[in-house]
Amino acid sequence: MSEPIKTDIVIIGAGPIGLFAVFELGLLDMKAHLIDILDKIGGQCAELYPEKPIYDIPGIPYTSAQGLVDALLLQIKPFNPQFHLNEMVEKVEKIGDPLFRVTTDQGKQFECKVVVIAAGGGSFQPKRPPIPGVEPYEGKSLFYSVRRMEQFRDKRILIVGGGDSALDWTLNLAPLARKLTLIHRRSEFRAAPDSVNKMKVLAEAGKIDLVLGQVTALHGDGGQLHKATVKTNDGAISELECDALLPFFGLTMKLGPVANWGFELKNNELIPVETAAFETSVPGIFAIGDINWYPGKLKLILSGFHEGALMAQKAYHYCYPQKRLVFQYTTSSSSLQKKLGVAPQTAQPA
Amino acid sequence: MVKITFIDSDGAARTVEGEVGSTLMETAINNGVPGIEAECGGACACSTCHVYVEEAWREKVGAPSPMEEDMLDFAYGVQPNSRLSCQIKVSEEFEGLVVRTPDRQA
Repeated sequence: MSEPIKTDIVIIGAGPIGLFAVFELGLLDMKAHLIDILDKIGGQCAELYPEKPIYDIPGIPYTSAQGLVDALLLQIKPFNPQFHLNEMVEKVEKIGDPLFRVTTDQGKQFECKVVVIAAGGGSFQPKRPPIPGVEPYEGKSLFYSVRRMEQFRDKRILIVGGGDSALDWTLNLAPLARKLTLIHRRSEFRAAPDSVNKMKVLAEAGKIDLVLGQVTALHGDGGQLHKATVKTNDGAISELECDALLPFFGLTMKLGPVANWGFELKNNELIPVETAAFETSVPGIFAIGDINWYPGKLKLILSGFHEGALMAQKAYHYCYPQKRLVFQYTTSSSSLQKKLGVAPQTAQPA
Repeated sequence: MVKITFIDSDGAARTVEGEVGSTLMETAINNGVPGIEAECGGACACSTCHVYVEEAWREKVGAPSPMEEDMLDFAYGVQPNSRLSCQIKVSEEFEGLVVRTPDRQA
């Protein structure tokens, strides 16, 4: 394992609340690294509804979700936040006072004085396919992603779905599979038209089987899949022999590893915090945005911004225990304006 | 206000008042109807407000848009009468509408 990355703050989640926290922390001279399981910055706003309108950001009558993310990125640019995408935080350990070690599923480690959990609805994870009894096969003969293509050589593969992942893996795995069947519930595909065309060429050439229908049951033993029951759109039910199933049904939000970090969760899904600084029951670990709970909590982006501002005031004392924090405004403070990279106003002659 | 009935997978029926102009998903959530999750809050960005429209109502309620069809790919137990309830706007014509909720949303 490589040397841990040392920083003031680790923010878990790169959604709008995590992004704005960088701003509030940055004004107070704290450096942040952000970790997110998605392959892009922006959280739900970027992943679920980039084009959708948002009307309740103060002072911004209208923006799109992606527009808000882009604007936040511009706003926090002076603070040069470091992003670690496609990584999920698995462990948060207290190793000092105050010092935390944060470990991701990719084995990356961070040492920081403060941890800010801004994980929204939790981590995005592949959705289980709508087939009963899939659990015993997961990771054995049913996979949500392809890490090594060789693993599928000479196998009878069943791919389910109609988006880019389903089509990309159909095209990539077809040459090395013994037999590949793509199952989708309708004749329209969400995937890029070019991939769809290539897939249709393969199907017409008999290199893959394309089935319009749904998988309704799995059969096998000890986690090894043998057959799948398929109901085609004409109502016919048949059984397909297969060794591996790759279902691509998009992403869903799950709380994920946060559940194992020792917090007494509210309704099994929210982290209780106090409302002076939005700190959790563990000093030095804060929770802001949709993932926290306190009396009166509203899941609004603007509430998360407020929470981030108050969090930063308290975080300062963990990062700079000897220093006194003087509250300043960006409008008038030349030191804050210097940090933001905007020219300080020339002092008016008296 | 129009009366809308949600029948869950166990057959329990709940009749609630739906406001004209709101969505069927909002009607369910506002009235505490179980079986509708609406994870994305009505942005047609998940598929956890999936309902089955009773046969007699399918024509009046209409067919899903292409975007909704795309999201339905992610739903559990999709049938020809599947819709996402966040994409159905309640109208005066819906007095007496009956929909069923699936046994799971995700």
